[in-house]
Amino acid sequence: MSELLRVSGLRVVYPGRPPVRAVDGVDLTVAAGQVVGLVGESGCGKSTVARALCGLVAPAAGTVVFDGTPVPPLGLRRRPVALTRIQLVFQDPYASLHPRRPVGAQIGDGVRAAAARGAESAEPARWLDRVGLAADAARRFPHEFSGGQRQRIAIARALAARPDLLIGDEPISALDASTQAVVAALMRDLAVDSGAGLLFISHDLSVVRLIADRLVVMYRGRIVESGPARDIWAEPRHPYTQSLLAAVPVPDGSGTLPPATPDGVEYPLDPVLR
Amino acid sequence: MTGAPARPSLEITGLTLRIGASEILRGVDLRLAAGRIQGLAGESGSGKTMTGLAVLGLLPATARLGGSISYAGRELLSMAPRERNALRGTEIAMVFQDPSTSLHPMLSIGAQLTDHLRHHRRLDRAAARGRAEELLARVRIPDPAHALRRFPHQFSGGQRQRIAIAIALACSPKVLIADEPTTALDVTVQAGVLHLLRELATEMGLAVLLVTHDLGVMSAVADRVAVMRGGEVVEDGERAQVFTAPAHPYTASLLASLPGAAHGVQSLDDVRALREAARE
Repeated sequence: MSELLRVSGLRVVYPGRPPVRAVDGVDLTVAAGQVVGLVGESGCGKSTVARALCGLVAPAAGTVVFDGTPVPPLGLRRRPVALTRIQLVFQDPYASLHPRRPVGAQIGDGVRAAAARGAESAEPARWLDRVGLAADAARRFPHEFSGGQRQRIAIARALAARPDLLIGDEPISALDASTQAVVAALMRDLAVDSGAGLLFISHDLSVVRLIADRLVVMYRGRIVESGPARDIWAEPRHPYTQSLLAAVPVPDGSGTLPPATPDGVEYPLDPVLR
Repeated sequence: MTGAPARPSLEITGLTLRIGASEILRGVDLRLAAGRIQGLAGESGSGKTMTGLAVLGLLPATARLGGSISYAGRELLSMAPRERNALRGTEIAMVFQDPSTSLHPMLSIGAQLTDHLRHHRRLDRAAARGRAEELLARVRIPDPAHALRRFPHQFSGGQRQRIAIAIALACSPKVLIADEPTTALDVTVQAGVLHLLRELATEMGLAVLLVTHDLGVMSAVADRVAVMRGGEVVEDGERAQVFTAPAHPYTASLLASLPGAAHGVQSLDDVRALREAARE
Protein backbone atom coordinates (compact mmCIF):
# COMPACT_ATOMS: atom_id res chain seq x y z
CA MET A 1 0.00 0.00 0.00
CA SER A 2 1.36 3.38 -0.89
CA GLU A 3 1.50 6.01 1.77
CA LEU A 4 -1.03 8.77 1.26
CA LEU A 5 -0.87 10.87 4.36
CA ARG A 6 1.96 11.41 6.79
CA VAL A 7 1.54 13.48 9.91
CA SER A 8 4.72 14.08 11.90
CA GLY A 9 5.08 15.73 15.28
CA LEU A 10 1.76 17.55 14.87
CA ARG A 11 1.06 20.04 17.61
CA VAL A 12 -1.96 22.34 17.74
CA VAL A 13 -2.25 24.97 20.43
CA TYR A 14 -5.43 26.95 21.03
CA PRO A 15 -4.92 30.41 22.52
CA GLY A 16 -6.05 30.98 26.09
CA ARG A 17 -4.70 31.45 29.58
CA PRO A 18 -2.99 29.10 29.77
CA PRO A 19 -2.87 28.04 26.07
CA VAL A 20 -4.39 24.62 25.43
CA ARG A 21 -2.22 22.01 23.78
CA ALA A 22 -5.08 20.20 22.02
CA VAL A 23 -2.73 18.02 19.99
CA ASP A 24 0.72 17.44 21.39
CA GLY A 25 3.08 15.61 19.07
CA VAL A 26 1.01 13.25 16.95
CA ASP A 27 2.47 10.97 14.29
CA LEU A 28 0.08 9.22 11.95
CA THR A 29 0.07 7.65 8.51
CA VAL A 30 -2.76 6.52 6.26
CA ALA A 31 -2.09 4.45 3.14
CA ALA A 32 -4.24 4.16 0.03
CA GLY A 33 -6.97 1.57 0.57
CA GLN A 34 -6.35 1.52 4.32
CA VAL A 35 -8.85 2.23 7.07
CA VAL A 36 -7.45 3.85 10.20
CA GLY A 37 -9.72 4.25 13.21
CA LEU A 38 -8.84 7.14 15.50
CA VAL A 39 -10.53 6.71 18.87
CA GLY A 40 -10.57 8.61 22.11
CA GLU A 41 -12.86 10.49 24.45
CA SER A 42 -14.09 14.08 24.37
CA GLY A 43 -11.27 16.60 24.53
CA CYS A 44 -8.52 14.16 23.56
CA GLY A 45 -7.77 16.12 20.39
CA LYS A 46 -9.11 13.73 17.75
CA SER A 47 -11.30 16.31 15.99
CA THR A 48 -8.47 18.82 16.07
CA VAL A 49 -6.31 16.28 14.24
CA ALA A 50 -9.02 15.99 11.56
CA ARG A 51 -9.19 19.77 11.20
CA ALA A 52 -5.41 20.07 10.93
CA LEU A 53 -5.28 17.39 8.23
CA CYS A 54 -7.36 19.45 5.84
CA GLY A 55 -5.92 22.80 6.86
CA LEU A 56 -8.87 24.03 8.95
CA VAL A 57 -6.54 24.79 11.86
CA ALA A 58 -2.90 25.81 11.62
CA PRO A 59 -0.40 23.56 13.44
CA ALA A 60 1.92 25.15 15.99
CA ALA A 61 4.53 22.57 15.07
CA GLY A 62 4.93 19.50 12.91
CA THR A 63 3.94 18.71 9.36
CA VAL A 64 1.00 17.29 7.46
CA VAL A 65 2.07 15.87 4.12
CA PHE A 66 -0.55 14.61 1.70
CA ASP A 67 0.74 12.60 -1.26
CA GLY A 68 4.17 14.20 -1.01
CA THR A 69 2.93 17.79 -0.69
CA PRO A 70 2.55 19.75 2.57
CA VAL A 71 -1.04 20.75 3.36
CA PRO A 72 -1.12 24.52 3.88
CA PRO A 73 -3.47 26.07 6.46
CA LEU A 74 -6.56 27.51 4.83
CA GLY A 75 -6.71 31.25 4.40
CA LEU A 76 -9.69 33.31 3.35
CA ARG A 77 -9.56 32.03 -0.20
CA ARG A 78 -10.97 28.87 -1.74
CA ARG A 79 -8.78 25.87 -0.96
CA PRO A 80 -6.37 24.72 -3.66
CA VAL A 81 -8.01 22.46 -6.24
CA ALA A 82 -5.54 19.67 -5.49
CA LEU A 83 -6.74 19.52 -1.89
CA THR A 84 -10.26 18.52 -2.89
CA ARG A 85 -8.67 15.06 -2.99
CA ILE A 86 -9.23 15.18 0.76
CA GLN A 87 -12.92 15.09 1.69
CA LEU A 88 -14.65 15.19 5.03
CA VAL A 89 -17.85 13.79 6.47
CA PHE A 90 -18.86 15.60 9.65
CA GLN A 91 -20.80 14.50 12.69
CA ASP A 92 -24.06 16.25 12.10
CA PRO A 93 -25.65 15.92 8.66
CA TYR A 94 -28.31 18.42 9.78
CA ALA A 95 -25.59 21.07 9.89
CA SER A 96 -23.30 19.92 7.08
CA LEU A 97 -25.94 19.78 4.32
CA HIS A 98 -27.44 22.97 2.94
CA PRO A 99 -31.09 22.98 4.03
CA ARG A 100 -32.43 24.83 0.99
CA ARG A 101 -30.65 23.23 -1.94
CA PRO A 102 -31.82 19.98 -3.51
CA VAL A 103 -29.69 16.98 -2.62
CA GLY A 104 -28.71 16.40 -6.25
CA ALA A 105 -27.23 19.89 -6.56
CA GLN A 106 -25.17 19.39 -3.42
CA ILE A 107 -23.77 16.12 -4.68
CA GLY A 108 -23.16 17.98 -7.97
CA ASP A 109 -20.73 20.23 -6.06
CA GLY A 110 -18.63 17.17 -5.40
CA VAL A 111 -18.84 16.12 -9.05
CA ARG A 112 -17.62 19.57 -10.13
CA ALA A 113 -14.76 19.45 -7.63
CA ALA A 114 -13.64 16.19 -9.22
CA ALA A 115 -14.02 17.63 -12.73
CA ALA A 116 -11.91 20.68 -11.80
CA ARG A 117 -9.01 18.31 -11.10
CA GLY A 118 -9.69 16.37 -14.27
CA ALA A 119 -10.89 13.37 -12.27
CA GLU A 120 -13.82 11.31 -13.46
CA SER A 121 -16.95 11.31 -11.39
CA ALA A 122 -20.53 10.23 -12.13
CA GLU A 123 -24.03 11.69 -12.12
CA PRO A 124 -25.48 12.51 -8.67
CA ALA A 125 -28.11 9.80 -9.19
CA ARG A 126 -25.36 7.21 -9.53
CA TRP A 127 -23.78 8.31 -6.21
CA LEU A 128 -27.17 8.16 -4.52
CA ASP A 129 -27.52 4.60 -5.71
CA ARG A 130 -24.08 3.77 -4.33
CA VAL A 131 -25.13 4.84 -0.84
CA GLY A 132 -28.41 2.97 -1.11
CA LEU A 133 -30.81 5.82 -1.87
CA ALA A 134 -33.27 6.05 -4.76
CA ALA A 135 -32.37 8.24 -7.75
CA ASP A 136 -35.39 10.50 -7.22
CA ALA A 137 -33.81 11.63 -3.93
CA ALA A 138 -31.79 14.08 -6.05
CA ARG A 139 -34.78 16.40 -6.43
CA ARG A 140 -35.63 16.39 -2.74
CA PHE A 141 -34.33 18.48 0.16
CA PRO A 142 -32.37 17.36 3.24
CA HIS A 143 -35.32 17.80 5.65
CA GLU A 144 -37.21 15.09 3.75
CA PHE A 145 -34.73 12.45 4.94
CA SER A 146 -33.99 10.71 8.22
CA GLY A 147 -30.67 11.24 10.02
CA GLY A 148 -29.16 8.05 8.62
CA GLN A 149 -30.28 8.94 5.09
CA ARG A 150 -28.84 12.45 5.44
CA GLN A 151 -25.50 11.03 6.51
CA ARG A 152 -25.60 8.78 3.42
CA ILE A 153 -26.15 11.93 1.33
CA ALA A 154 -23.15 13.61 3.00
CA ILE A 155 -21.09 10.50 2.19
CA ALA A 156 -22.32 10.57 -1.43
CA ARG A 157 -21.32 14.22 -1.74
CA ALA A 158 -17.85 13.56 -0.32
CA LEU A 159 -17.32 10.55 -2.60
CA ALA A 160 -18.56 12.39 -5.68
CA ALA A 161 -15.43 14.55 -5.41
CA ARG A 162 -13.43 11.31 -5.94
CA PRO A 163 -11.26 11.78 -2.85
CA ASP A 164 -8.04 9.87 -2.29
CA LEU A 165 -8.45 10.43 1.43
CA LEU A 166 -11.80 10.41 3.17
CA ILE A 167 -11.98 11.67 6.74
CA GLY A 168 -15.02 10.98 8.91
CA ASP A 169 -15.18 13.06 12.07
CA GLU A 170 -17.67 11.22 14.32
CA PRO A 171 -19.78 10.45 11.25
CA ILE A 172 -22.05 7.98 13.06
CA SER A 173 -22.52 9.48 16.49
CA ALA A 174 -25.62 11.50 15.57
CA LEU A 175 -27.31 8.40 14.12
CA ASP A 176 -29.66 5.90 15.72
CA ALA A 177 -27.84 2.82 17.00
CA SER A 178 -29.46 0.54 14.44
CA THR A 179 -27.92 2.43 11.51
CA GLN A 180 -24.48 3.17 12.96
CA ALA A 181 -22.70 -0.03 11.97
CA VAL A 182 -24.34 -0.05 8.53
CA VAL A 183 -23.32 3.53 7.71
CA ALA A 184 -19.77 2.97 9.01
CA ALA A 185 -19.37 -0.16 6.90
CA LEU A 186 -20.76 1.68 3.88
CA MET A 187 -18.13 4.40 4.27
CA ARG A 188 -15.43 1.81 4.56
CA ASP A 189 -16.49 -0.20 1.54
CA LEU A 190 -16.99 2.80 -0.75
CA ALA A 191 -13.67 4.37 0.24
CA VAL A 192 -11.67 1.14 -0.07
CA ASP A 193 -13.36 0.12 -3.36
CA SER A 194 -12.31 3.42 -4.92
CA GLY A 195 -8.74 2.94 -3.68
CA ALA A 196 -8.95 5.81 -1.18
CA GLY A 197 -7.71 5.83 2.40
CA LEU A 198 -10.18 6.35 5.23
CA LEU A 199 -9.48 8.00 8.56
CA PHE A 200 -12.49 7.21 10.72
CA ILE A 201 -12.67 9.21 13.93
CA SER A 202 -15.08 8.03 16.58
CA HIS A 203 -15.54 7.40 20.26
CA ASP A 204 -17.54 4.25 19.51
CA LEU A 205 -15.00 1.46 19.76
CA SER A 206 -17.42 -1.36 19.14
CA VAL A 207 -18.20 -0.02 15.65
CA VAL A 208 -14.68 1.16 14.82
CA ARG A 209 -13.15 -2.24 15.44
CA LEU A 210 -15.50 -3.74 12.83
CA ILE A 211 -14.30 -1.47 10.02
CA ALA A 212 -10.75 -0.39 10.85
CA ASP A 213 -7.53 -2.09 9.76
CA ARG A 214 -5.50 -0.08 12.23
CA LEU A 215 -6.49 1.58 15.48
CA VAL A 216 -4.98 4.73 16.93
CA VAL A 217 -5.94 5.61 20.51
CA MET A 218 -5.62 9.22 21.62
CA TYR A 219 -5.52 10.52 25.18
CA ARG A 220 -4.78 14.10 26.22
CA GLY A 221 -3.55 15.20 22.82
CA ARG A 222 -1.24 12.25 22.36
CA ILE A 223 -1.34 8.84 20.78
CA VAL A 224 -1.02 6.29 23.57
CA GLU A 225 -1.49 3.11 21.55
CA SER A 226 -1.61 2.20 17.89
CA GLY A 227 -1.51 -0.99 15.89
CA PRO A 228 -3.64 -3.56 14.04
CA ALA A 229 -7.28 -3.16 15.16
CA ARG A 230 -7.70 -6.85 15.81
CA ASP A 231 -4.68 -7.04 18.13
CA ILE A 232 -5.62 -3.98 20.16
CA TRP A 233 -9.21 -5.13 20.56
CA ALA A 234 -8.08 -8.59 21.63
CA GLU A 235 -5.25 -7.47 23.88
CA PRO A 236 -5.00 -3.76 24.73
CA ARG A 237 -1.62 -2.98 26.27
CA HIS A 238 -1.81 0.64 27.34
CA PRO A 239 -3.62 1.17 30.69
CA TYR A 240 -5.84 3.84 29.11
CA THR A 241 -6.85 1.59 26.21
CA GLN A 242 -7.55 -1.17 28.71
CA SER A 243 -9.96 0.95 30.75
CA LEU A 244 -11.52 2.39 27.60
CA LEU A 245 -12.31 -1.08 26.27
CA ALA A 246 -13.43 -2.40 29.64
CA ALA A 247 -15.82 0.54 30.11
CA VAL A 248 -17.93 -0.18 27.02
CA PRO A 249 -21.12 -1.88 28.25
CA VAL A 250 -21.95 -4.94 26.17
CA PRO A 251 -25.61 -5.27 25.11
CA ASP A 252 -25.77 -8.97 26.00
CA GLY A 253 -28.51 -8.74 28.62
CA SER A 254 -26.27 -10.14 31.37
CA GLY A 255 -26.64 -7.16 33.72
CA THR A 256 -22.87 -6.75 34.00
CA LEU A 257 -21.78 -3.29 35.13
CA PRO A 258 -18.47 -2.19 33.62
CA PRO A 259 -15.83 -1.34 36.25
CA ALA A 260 -16.05 2.28 37.40
CA THR A 261 -12.97 4.44 36.90
CA PRO A 262 -12.18 6.57 39.95
CA ASP A 263 -12.43 10.37 39.58
CA GLY A 264 -9.31 12.16 38.47
CA VAL A 265 -7.37 9.04 37.50
CA GLU A 266 -4.40 9.85 35.28
CA TYR A 267 -2.92 7.46 32.79
CA PRO A 268 0.70 7.45 31.66
CA LEU A 269 1.41 9.16 28.36
CA ASP A 270 4.14 6.77 27.17
CA PRO A 271 2.79 5.19 24.02
CA VAL A 272 2.54 1.51 23.12
CA LEU A 273 3.19 1.28 19.39
CA ARG A 274 3.01 -1.94 17.45
CA MET B 1 -34.64 -7.45 44.28
CA THR B 2 -35.85 -10.87 43.35
CA GLY B 3 -38.92 -12.98 43.92
CA ALA B 4 -42.51 -11.94 43.38
CA PRO B 5 -43.12 -8.80 41.30
CA ALA B 6 -43.14 -5.82 43.61
CA ARG B 7 -46.26 -3.70 44.00
CA PRO B 8 -46.06 -0.96 41.39
CA SER B 9 -45.23 2.43 42.83
CA LEU B 10 -46.14 4.17 39.62
CA GLU B 11 -48.40 2.76 36.97
CA ILE B 12 -48.93 4.09 33.46
CA THR B 13 -51.97 2.67 31.69
CA GLY B 14 -53.06 3.34 28.12
CA LEU B 15 -51.24 6.67 28.02
CA THR B 16 -51.94 8.65 24.86
CA LEU B 17 -50.50 11.99 23.86
CA ARG B 18 -51.36 14.32 21.01
CA ILE B 19 -49.66 17.60 20.30
CA GLY B 20 -51.48 19.42 17.51
CA ALA B 21 -52.15 16.95 14.72
CA SER B 22 -49.45 14.47 15.69
CA GLU B 23 -50.13 11.41 17.76
CA ILE B 24 -47.02 11.00 19.90
CA LEU B 25 -48.03 8.25 22.31
CA ARG B 26 -50.56 5.60 21.33
CA GLY B 27 -51.41 3.75 24.50
CA VAL B 28 -48.30 3.21 26.64
CA ASP B 29 -48.42 0.78 29.58
CA LEU B 30 -45.55 0.69 32.08
CA ARG B 31 -45.21 -0.14 35.77
CA LEU B 32 -42.41 1.11 37.98
CA ALA B 33 -41.65 -0.80 41.17
CA ALA B 34 -39.61 0.23 44.21
CA GLY B 35 -35.98 -0.83 44.02
CA ARG B 36 -36.21 -1.69 40.35
CA ILE B 37 -34.84 -0.01 37.25
CA GLN B 38 -37.31 -0.06 34.38
CA GLY B 39 -35.52 0.67 31.13
CA LEU B 40 -37.28 2.42 28.27
CA ALA B 41 -35.45 2.01 24.97
CA GLY B 42 -36.19 3.15 21.46
CA GLU B 43 -34.77 5.21 18.64
CA SER B 44 -35.09 8.97 18.25
CA GLY B 45 -38.72 10.02 17.89
CA SER B 46 -40.15 6.81 19.36
CA GLY B 47 -41.79 8.66 22.27
CA LYS B 48 -39.57 7.53 25.15
CA THR B 49 -38.64 11.02 26.33
CA MET B 50 -42.27 12.18 26.01
CA THR B 51 -43.35 9.31 28.25
CA GLY B 52 -40.92 10.51 30.92
CA LEU B 53 -42.02 14.12 30.57
CA ALA B 54 -45.68 13.06 30.83
CA VAL B 55 -44.96 11.43 34.20
CA LEU B 56 -43.28 14.62 35.36
CA GLY B 57 -46.06 16.83 33.98
CA LEU B 58 -43.56 18.84 31.96
CA LEU B 59 -45.30 18.73 28.58
CA PRO B 60 -46.19 21.86 26.63
CA ALA B 61 -49.60 23.41 27.33
CA THR B 62 -50.89 22.27 23.93
CA ALA B 63 -50.38 18.59 24.82
CA ARG B 64 -53.53 16.46 25.06
CA LEU B 65 -53.11 13.47 27.34
CA GLY B 66 -55.36 10.43 27.74
CA GLY B 67 -55.18 7.25 29.80
CA SER B 68 -53.84 7.15 33.32
CA ILE B 69 -50.69 7.67 35.38
CA SER B 70 -51.29 6.65 38.96
CA TYR B 71 -48.83 7.16 41.78
CA ALA B 72 -49.47 5.87 45.32
CA GLY B 73 -53.16 5.56 44.53
CA ARG B 74 -53.45 9.09 43.15
CA GLU B 75 -54.20 9.95 39.52
CA LEU B 76 -51.56 12.36 38.24
CA LEU B 77 -53.36 13.36 35.06
CA SER B 78 -56.39 14.84 36.84
CA MET B 79 -54.38 16.40 39.64
CA ALA B 80 -54.44 20.19 40.16
CA PRO B 81 -51.25 21.92 38.96
CA ARG B 82 -50.51 22.99 42.51
CA GLU B 83 -50.53 19.43 43.83
CA ARG B 84 -48.54 18.29 40.84
CA ASN B 85 -45.87 20.89 41.56
CA ALA B 86 -45.65 19.70 45.14
CA LEU B 87 -44.96 16.14 43.95
CA ARG B 88 -42.42 17.08 41.30
CA GLY B 89 -38.94 17.27 42.75
CA THR B 90 -40.05 15.74 46.04
CA GLU B 91 -41.70 12.38 45.44
CA ILE B 92 -40.98 12.19 41.71
CA ALA B 93 -37.57 13.53 40.73
CA MET B 94 -35.67 13.75 37.48
CA VAL B 95 -32.20 13.72 35.98
CA PHE B 96 -31.65 14.89 32.42
CA GLN B 97 -29.06 14.21 29.76
CA ASP B 98 -26.77 17.16 30.00
CA PRO B 99 -25.60 18.30 33.43
CA SER B 100 -23.99 21.40 31.94
CA THR B 101 -27.44 22.71 31.02
CA SER B 102 -29.47 21.27 33.90
CA LEU B 103 -27.22 22.91 36.51
CA HIS B 104 -27.22 26.70 36.81
CA PRO B 105 -23.75 27.87 35.68
CA MET B 106 -23.65 30.99 37.88
CA LEU B 107 -24.86 29.54 41.18
CA SER B 108 -22.68 27.58 43.56
CA ILE B 109 -23.45 23.89 44.04
CA GLY B 110 -24.42 24.72 47.62
CA ALA B 111 -26.96 27.32 46.52
CA GLN B 112 -28.54 24.90 44.05
CA LEU B 113 -28.79 22.08 46.57
CA THR B 114 -29.94 24.13 49.55
CA ASP B 115 -32.50 26.20 47.56
CA HIS B 116 -34.21 23.02 46.66
CA LEU B 117 -34.21 21.76 50.26
CA ARG B 118 -35.31 25.04 51.74
CA HIS B 119 -38.13 25.43 49.24
CA HIS B 120 -39.58 21.94 49.50
CA ARG B 121 -38.55 20.91 52.97
CA ARG B 122 -38.59 24.31 54.74
CA LEU B 123 -35.20 23.56 56.31
CA ASP B 124 -33.22 26.38 57.87
CA ARG B 125 -29.88 27.35 56.40
CA ALA B 126 -27.68 25.22 58.65
CA ALA B 127 -29.85 22.11 58.39
CA ALA B 128 -30.01 22.46 54.60
CA ARG B 129 -26.23 22.74 54.44
CA GLY B 130 -25.78 19.63 56.53
CA ARG B 131 -28.18 17.67 54.36
CA ALA B 132 -26.49 19.00 51.20
CA GLU B 133 -23.10 17.72 52.43
CA GLU B 134 -24.62 14.32 53.13
CA LEU B 135 -26.06 14.17 49.62
CA LEU B 136 -22.77 15.09 47.95
CA ALA B 137 -20.98 12.47 50.00
CA ARG B 138 -23.65 9.95 48.94
CA VAL B 139 -22.90 10.56 45.24
CA ARG B 140 -19.15 10.42 46.07
CA ILE B 141 -18.15 14.01 45.44
CA PRO B 142 -14.83 14.40 47.27
CA ASP B 143 -14.68 16.98 50.09
CA PRO B 144 -18.42 17.88 50.17
CA ALA B 145 -18.05 20.92 52.44
CA HIS B 146 -15.65 22.53 50.02
CA ALA B 147 -17.62 21.38 46.96
CA LEU B 148 -20.68 23.34 48.15
CA ARG B 149 -18.80 26.59 47.57
CA ARG B 150 -17.75 25.69 44.07
CA PHE B 151 -19.48 26.19 40.71
CA PRO B 152 -20.53 23.64 38.06
CA HIS B 153 -17.66 24.47 35.68
CA GLN B 154 -15.16 23.46 38.36
CA PHE B 155 -16.32 19.85 38.17
CA SER B 156 -15.83 17.21 35.51
CA GLY B 157 -18.76 16.01 33.39
CA GLY B 158 -19.24 12.87 35.45
CA GLN B 159 -19.12 14.80 38.72
CA ARG B 160 -21.63 17.31 37.38
CA GLN B 161 -24.05 14.53 36.55
CA ARG B 162 -23.58 13.04 40.03
CA ILE B 163 -24.33 16.48 41.50
CA ALA B 164 -27.50 16.64 39.38
CA ILE B 165 -28.41 13.25 40.86
CA ALA B 166 -27.72 14.58 44.37
CA ILE B 167 -30.16 17.45 43.73
CA ALA B 168 -32.74 14.97 42.48
CA LEU B 169 -32.30 12.92 45.65
CA ALA B 170 -32.53 15.91 47.99
CA CYS B 171 -36.12 15.31 49.08
CA SER B 172 -35.83 11.49 49.21
CA PRO B 173 -38.02 10.81 46.17
CA LYS B 174 -39.74 7.48 45.55
CA VAL B 175 -39.54 7.69 41.77
CA LEU B 176 -36.64 8.87 39.61
CA ILE B 177 -37.05 9.63 35.91
CA ALA B 178 -33.58 9.50 34.34
CA ASP B 179 -33.60 10.59 30.70
CA GLU B 180 -30.37 9.61 28.92
CA PRO B 181 -28.38 10.28 32.11
CA THR B 182 -25.08 9.05 30.68
CA THR B 183 -25.41 9.97 27.01
CA ALA B 184 -23.38 13.18 27.32
CA LEU B 185 -20.63 11.43 29.29
CA ASP B 186 -17.48 9.70 28.15
CA VAL B 187 -17.62 5.95 28.33
CA THR B 188 -15.00 5.71 31.10
CA VAL B 189 -17.06 8.13 33.22
CA GLN B 190 -20.41 6.57 32.36
CA ALA B 191 -19.72 3.45 34.40
CA GLY B 192 -19.48 5.44 37.65
CA VAL B 193 -22.91 7.00 37.11
CA LEU B 194 -24.42 3.61 36.25
CA HIS B 195 -23.02 2.08 39.45
CA LEU B 196 -24.55 4.95 41.39
CA LEU B 197 -27.99 4.51 39.79
CA ARG B 198 -27.91 0.81 40.56
CA GLU B 199 -26.97 1.41 44.22
CA LEU B 200 -29.61 4.10 44.68
CA ALA B 201 -32.36 1.90 43.31
CA THR B 202 -31.37 -0.99 45.55
CA GLU B 203 -30.45 0.87 48.76
CA MET B 204 -33.05 3.64 48.75
CA GLY B 205 -35.79 1.57 47.16
CA LEU B 206 -36.09 4.08 44.33
CA ALA B 207 -38.28 3.16 41.38
CA VAL B 208 -36.25 4.29 38.37
CA LEU B 209 -37.44 4.90 34.83
CA LEU B 210 -34.25 4.85 32.76
CA VAL B 211 -34.83 6.32 29.32
CA THR B 212 -31.96 5.58 26.96
CA HIS B 213 -31.25 4.72 23.35
CA ASP B 214 -28.09 2.89 24.43
CA LEU B 215 -28.81 -0.80 24.73
CA GLY B 216 -25.39 -1.39 26.27
CA VAL B 217 -26.33 0.88 29.17
CA MET B 218 -29.71 -0.81 29.36
CA SER B 219 -28.10 -4.22 29.55
CA ALA B 220 -25.79 -3.08 32.35
CA VAL B 221 -28.35 -1.70 34.82
CA ALA B 222 -31.99 -2.25 33.87
CA ASP B 223 -34.04 -4.96 35.60
CA ARG B 224 -36.81 -4.77 33.02
CA VAL B 225 -36.62 -3.40 29.51
CA ALA B 226 -39.43 -1.86 27.49
CA VAL B 227 -38.89 -1.08 23.82
CA MET B 228 -40.80 1.72 22.11
CA ARG B 229 -41.49 2.37 18.47
CA GLY B 230 -43.83 4.95 16.96
CA GLY B 231 -45.40 5.90 20.29
CA GLU B 232 -46.10 2.33 21.38
CA VAL B 233 -44.38 -0.11 23.72
CA VAL B 234 -43.78 -3.10 21.44
CA GLU B 235 -42.11 -5.22 24.08
CA ASP B 236 -41.71 -5.14 27.87
CA GLY B 237 -39.96 -7.94 29.68
CA GLU B 238 -37.20 -9.03 32.05
CA ARG B 239 -33.78 -7.85 30.89
CA ALA B 240 -32.26 -11.23 30.10
CA GLN B 241 -35.30 -12.35 28.13
CA VAL B 242 -35.52 -9.17 26.03
CA PHE B 243 -31.82 -9.32 25.13
CA THR B 244 -31.47 -13.04 24.49
CA ALA B 245 -34.93 -14.07 23.31
CA PRO B 246 -36.76 -10.92 22.16
CA ALA B 247 -40.47 -11.51 21.64
CA HIS B 248 -41.05 -8.73 19.12
CA PRO B 249 -39.41 -8.69 15.65
CA TYR B 250 -38.59 -4.99 16.06
CA THR B 251 -36.52 -5.69 19.19
CA ALA B 252 -34.82 -8.54 17.35
CA SER B 253 -33.93 -6.26 14.44
CA LEU B 254 -32.56 -3.57 16.77
CA LEU B 255 -30.34 -6.12 18.50
CA ALA B 256 -29.26 -7.67 15.21
CA SER B 257 -27.69 -4.36 14.18
CA LEU B 258 -25.58 -4.02 17.34
CA PRO B 259 -21.99 -5.19 17.72
CA GLY B 260 -21.74 -7.27 20.89
CA ALA B 261 -25.40 -8.29 21.19
CA ALA B 262 -26.23 -12.00 21.41
CA HIS B 263 -27.37 -12.17 17.77
CA GLY B 264 -25.75 -8.89 16.77
CA VAL B 265 -23.21 -8.14 14.06
CA GLN B 266 -19.81 -9.66 14.86
CA SER B 267 -17.90 -8.85 11.68
CA LEU B 268 -17.82 -6.55 8.69
CA ASP B 269 -19.46 -9.26 6.61
CA ASP B 270 -22.37 -9.42 9.05
CA VAL B 271 -22.88 -5.68 8.61
CA ARG B 272 -22.71 -6.00 4.82
CA ALA B 273 -25.33 -8.75 4.93
CA LEU B 274 -27.56 -6.48 7.00
CA ARG B 275 -27.11 -3.69 4.45
CA GLU B 276 -27.98 -5.95 1.54
CA ALA B 277 -31.06 -7.22 3.36
CA ALA B 278 -32.22 -3.62 3.89
CA ARG B 279 -31.82 -2.85 0.19
CA GLU B 280 -34.17 -5.63 -0.86
